[in-house]
Amino acid sequence: MSVTELEFEAQTAEAAPEQAIEGRSQWQLTWRRLRQDRVAVISLVVILIMVVIAIAAPAFAALAGHPVDATYPDNGLSGAGTPVGPATHGFLLGTDGVGRDLLVRIVYGARISLFVGVITTAIATVAGVSVGLIAGYFGGAVDAVLARFIDAVLAFPYVVLALALAVVLGPSLTVIIAVISFFSWAGISRIVRGQTLSIKEKEYVEAARSLGAGPFRIMFIDILPNLLAPVLVLATLYIPTAVIFEATLSYLGLGIQQPTASWGNILADAQNFYQQAWWYVVFPALALLITTLAFNLLGDGIRDAMDPRTERIFAARRKRRRREQGTPLAEGELAGTSPGGLPGGGA
Amino acid sequence: MDMVRFFIRRILTGIVVLWLVATGAFFLFFARPVQVVAHQLAGRAATPQIINEVISRLGLNQPILVQYWHFLDHLVHGNLGFSFYTGQTVNSILMQDLPPTASLVVGGVILWLVAGLSVGILSATKARSLFDRFSTVGVLIGLSLPTFVVGELLLLIVFLPLNQNGFTWIANGYAGLSGGVGPWLGHMLLPWITLAAVQAAIYTRLTRGQLLDSLGEDYIRTARSKGLSERRVIYRHGVRAALTPVVSQLGVDVGQLLGGVVVVESVFGLGGIGQASVQAIYQDNLPVIIGFTIAAALFVVVANLIVDLVYALLDPRVRIS
Repeated sequence: MSVTELEFEAQTAEAAPEQAIEGRSQWQLTWRRLRQDRVAVISLVVILIMVVIAIAAPAFAALAGHPVDATYPDNGLSGAGTPVGPATHGFLLGTDGVGRDLLVRIVYGARISLFVGVITTAIATVAGVSVGLIAGYFGGAVDAVLARFIDAVLAFPYVVLALALAVVLGPSLTVIIAVISFFSWAGISRIVRGQTLSIKEKEYVEAARSLGAGPFRIMFIDILPNLLAPVLVLATLYIPTAVIFEATLSYLGLGIQQPTASWGNILADAQNFYQQAWWYVVFPALALLITTLAFNLLGDGIRDAMDPRTERIFAARRKRRRREQGTPLAEGELAGTSPGGLPGGGA
Repeated sequence: MDMVRFFIRRILTGIVVLWLVATGAFFLFFARPVQVVAHQLAGRAATPQIINEVISRLGLNQPILVQYWHFLDHLVHGNLGFSFYTGQTVNSILMQDLPPTASLVVGGVILWLVAGLSVGILSATKARSLFDRFSTVGVLIGLSLPTFVVGELLLLIVFLPLNQNGFTWIANGYAGLSGGVGPWLGHMLLPWITLAAVQAAIYTRLTRGQLLDSLGEDYIRTARSKGLSERRVIYRHGVRAALTPVVSQLGVDVGQLLGGVVVVESVFGLGGIGQASVQAIYQDNLPVIIGFTIAAALFVVVANLIVDLVYALLDPRVRIS
């Protein structure tokens, strides 16, 4: 390559800088990697479908012709008074213990489960991030008190206390949301606190301080954006935990009360009939499993997309194995830039 | 010397946590209008006389700080209160219901740790193998199912077909050890699996992640290049470093374990402390609930103390910081 050629290339590069260098934020990079992750994309689609089903619950009831609270003692229960099986008398998934349409109950249950899962996670995230930031940034006595408090909440037998709280305050949707939020923020706080401790020593925080920025500006404008990635992953993984928590409370009779349908109280009733009606247990359990599994897989996908480190370990291992076997490297693997994500290729 | 100081500090922290829990419980339950508290304490079917008796017996009309003092005084003397239905002390209810709960916890924890650690180590050392794929799927399903659903599905898939075909060794309810080890095992097997399922999933994932991380470290490469056998590299160098975070997670999970106990006992009708507390809740038997809550907190604090001790033995850095 001659000097003039080099100059020519330099000129064209200057002429079209937008094409040569494309700046990408961390979020853009993450989104690109996430889109290549088939499992995460499918999970996202499943979650969206669940949300649509939950919103459209009345439409399902209208389509089936069975309102959510209506009982059908004549054709919805067998002669022995037990539920009827799937696809009998127009009940697609069978009926429940008092002869209601199980499908409609499950669809309505999705509303409660998703609502509780998302709301409690939002509350817990805001509270957890605030407490973690304050403890980590101020340090000293503030941190000592808050850190002990976080530890105490984390170490607590929360189901036991949640039960006690639900009794004292009386079971209601508000109480359930309050209880689940209260036992969820501490985990987020601990992570945020740890990250804040290290970030606050960075030069740019010192720069902000020397420019006269106050503590709250530094915490929320300078430090917080750097924490959003781990917080987003945690929040995604907290949603299924909250859904499970609500179901457990409802199962123990302290969550959503009949006749409002929730996956927890459907499954609680189902236990009385498992010897006669397998569908009564299996279908709501399946709805719950699909939802929580989708959130868990999506959370893992986001984590992998944001943290290329895990992928690099595997890339290094593949490289070593190939070298041992004498097969040449595939393009891109040398730099550890193979597309992120879950399994996909390999064995 | 370091060790002793560390341990003493841990005990003091534990006492502070216990005091916080007790105080929290007290104000939650008692710092409300006297009539409401008395009504809740006396249970659903209380007559006005009973409520008045409760108020005078517990001194509910005294200033709240005086009541608080009495409450702490009782606690320090190990008195957790009395059931409003049977007049039994909460302590004796706890002792009476202990055997099924203890059986459940001990067996469940052993199963959970053995399964979680061994599957985790295997799938980390054979990352991306078929075994790893299967265990990852299993872990995700375990993480995505509530304990009670695991229990119900086991009843449906394992218990029901076996019993319908005359195989009754696997059974519901609880059989004490006095009736022989065989029946006891048959009654405990499904509860153990149920209790361990979710937790084992968490530990498999944690162990796998930690071990993968530590196997990516430079000192592992050094160990390999020294010519150590792969087995020695993994177990002496990798697993050892991966184990400390797993042990510290154990302390956090003891509280969750108690929640699991409540659920599992209810699903299988084991009739231990967990089921007694659910029953107390249905009966509005508040003194029993308060007593159980504090006893649970004590259990968590003591268990954490033990975990911290093990942790300090494993990792000398903890003692200094």
